[in-house]
Amino acid sequence: MRREIPLAITFLVGLFMLVDFFVPHHSVSAAAEEMKQWGTIVIAASILLGVGNLIRVHYRKIRRKQDGWGYSITTLVAMSVMLYFGGPWGTIAEGSAFNWMFLNMQVPLQSTMFSLLAFFIASAAYRAFRLRSAEAGLLLVAAIIVMLGRVPLGQLLTRGLPEKATLPWLTETIMTYPNMAAFRGILMGAALGVMAMGLRIILGIERSYLGGEK
Amino acid sequence: MSEGFDLRRIDRRIIFVLVLVAVVWPLIAPLRLPMDVSPPVQNLYNTIEEIPAGSIVMLAGDYSPDTMPELQPMTDTFLRHAFRNDLRVVVACLWPASPPLVERALLPLADEFGKVDGVDYVNLGYMAGGTVTLLGMGASIPNTFPSDYSGTPVREIPLMQEVQNFDDIAFVMEISAGTPGTREWVQQVQSRFRVALGSGTTAVGAPNFYPYVQSGQLVGLLGGLKGAAEYETLLEYPGLATKGMDAQSVVHALIVVFIILGNVAYFAARRKGRA
Amino acid sequence: MNWLHMLFNGPPGTPASVVWGFWVAAILTISIYSFLYKDNPLYKFAESLFVGLGAAYWLALLYHETLVPKLLHPLFPGGSGDPVQWIRIIPGVLAVFMLLRFFPKLSWLSRWALGFIVGMYSAVNITGFAQADFVAQIYATMTTPLNSGGALAIILNVVAIVGVCATLIYFFFSKEHKGVLGGFARLGIWFLMIAFGASFGYTVMGRVSLLIGRMQFMLRDWLHIIE
Repeated sequence: MRREIPLAITFLVGLFMLVDFFVPHHSVSAAAEEMKQWGTIVIAASILLGVGNLIRVHYRKIRRKQDGWGYSITTLVAMSVMLYFGGPWGTIAEGSAFNWMFLNMQVPLQSTMFSLLAFFIASAAYRAFRLRSAEAGLLLVAAIIVMLGRVPLGQLLTRGLPEKATLPWLTETIMTYPNMAAFRGILMGAALGVMAMGLRIILGIERSYLGGEK
Repeated sequence: MSEGFDLRRIDRRIIFVLVLVAVVWPLIAPLRLPMDVSPPVQNLYNTIEEIPAGSIVMLAGDYSPDTMPELQPMTDTFLRHAFRNDLRVVVACLWPASPPLVERALLPLADEFGKVDGVDYVNLGYMAGGTVTLLGMGASIPNTFPSDYSGTPVREIPLMQEVQNFDDIAFVMEISAGTPGTREWVQQVQSRFRVALGSGTTAVGAPNFYPYVQSGQLVGLLGGLKGAAEYETLLEYPGLATKGMDAQSVVHALIVVFIILGNVAYFAARRKGRA
Repeated sequence: MNWLHMLFNGPPGTPASVVWGFWVAAILTISIYSFLYKDNPLYKFAESLFVGLGAAYWLALLYHETLVPKLLHPLFPGGSGDPVQWIRIIPGVLAVFMLLRFFPKLSWLSRWALGFIVGMYSAVNITGFAQADFVAQIYATMTTPLNSGGALAIILNVVAIVGVCATLIYFFFSKEHKGVLGGFARLGIWFLMIAFGASFGYTVMGRVSLLIGRMQFMLRDWLHIIE
């Protein structure tokens, strides 16, 4: 029963949501609307699960004094301080200490972390982007046209040429026609995959989300 | 055995320094390069221009601090556009970091245009759930967002008395960094409730959404910092995005040089190996 | 002197908390960038700070923005005058079941909550993908205009239609890519290469924009070198 009941829940909930899509009757849509609110609550719990697991992992690291356990203390202290200001007993409002920590600590940390990628992509472009085949050449040419055409420099470089020979026009044409076509093919293929997988899950054929244990 | 200077084995920290100089120099000494406007951005601008004054539009903030440089200027410019055209704005977010980031643009602009919180705009804050939240909004936005970002119940907010679901929204501007984002808004809102939808997205995501632009599911698309800069150009308000385009140009040129140099070194080494 | 004064006090009228904030942000930014030289304790400290702050932020937002208005207030409205929504006990129980995943003897109950979520999202995705990513895309391809816009527009539209078909044929692996099918699959690869090249160009643009944003903060908000 430990697997059968969840499978039955998946089937009934999935079927009801599909019925809601096709049946406009008020009784169906009212019930579906309430269930959608339930969905947001359960999703919130699943995110809490993730955060809880983070706390558990770092706590274990500190207790066992594993490599880098000092940094785990930093993580948990930072979490505690921010929660002290913004938790159930605190406030997340504009001008609060929680808000200050978000804007002056989390925002710069997160922004800077991802901005490192600019350096690495430049390094990768130099070291790894090789013209090894005709297909790679096609990729390279498209990349260079788009990189130059999507910045004002591209407009400057081809100023004076007929409109259809300018880098911005070429870039927009590449994006609107061959790029669009390829991504539409990918989109449609992915849609078929999602629909098939969704049906398999609802019908109980695909059960990997339940995990391995009995 | 040393074989002299090998272009393939250049210390990557030299590359990092060159990139840093290429970014900083145009910011300090702007080149003021000319800016063109692409059709997806022009279409988005034209669509918003045609919305009658007093209509209610929605700003969906679905991004986080790591994509702020690209998306915050879009948020800023859209709010400026909406307030300039006397549109009333409802903000709803599917990403937890978005509400304070949108507030950062919303409050100074509301002040500048003399807009009143709860009457001309409202920030409904964040709601977990992604796709399911979108469907919930299709049935009832007040039920899906029972209170605004500051905790005021929506039944006490004058603007929200006129908003039940997407039938009451003239246009949705979705500013998106990933999932849930543009794709989910197209799938669950535009296709189901037929509301006009425009998108501002990171440069990484933009190529994926051209099928939606071609099919008309998106009325327009702002792609990355360039898209934001083009939108600023149309509004005749040169903001942070426009100011960043010079640096963008120089770095792109540098990376193209890197790619060419890297391949020159590669082919030279291959020929040397064969000789 | 003027610039130094601005560096430590900000422009006239700037609150001290804002100036302090800029300094904290700048120091954390430099800590992260120190990784470019090599991995070091300062970077690791900043990274662990980021993880902790991010987790706390999620928790706080989930509590205030989702759990209070959707679960706690409906079940415990207090003096607000709102009626108790007893039906919200069901998602409350499912939420508790989800959290029981931490306890091995009771973790099997979390499958009930998982089943609810997975069933809901599977159904919602089936209809969403079918309508927007399948039917609408087929419709758009089939209604691509081939008799207006001039010769170039017509040629490009034909290229687009052929490209969609070729890409779909490339992803059809139930038959070996030989002969005519193989030719179309090869054409599909070319379209994909162009698309990936365009994506690479846009990716470069995206990553560089993030660096530009940080440099704008450092030069404008912290150092007051640019406007």
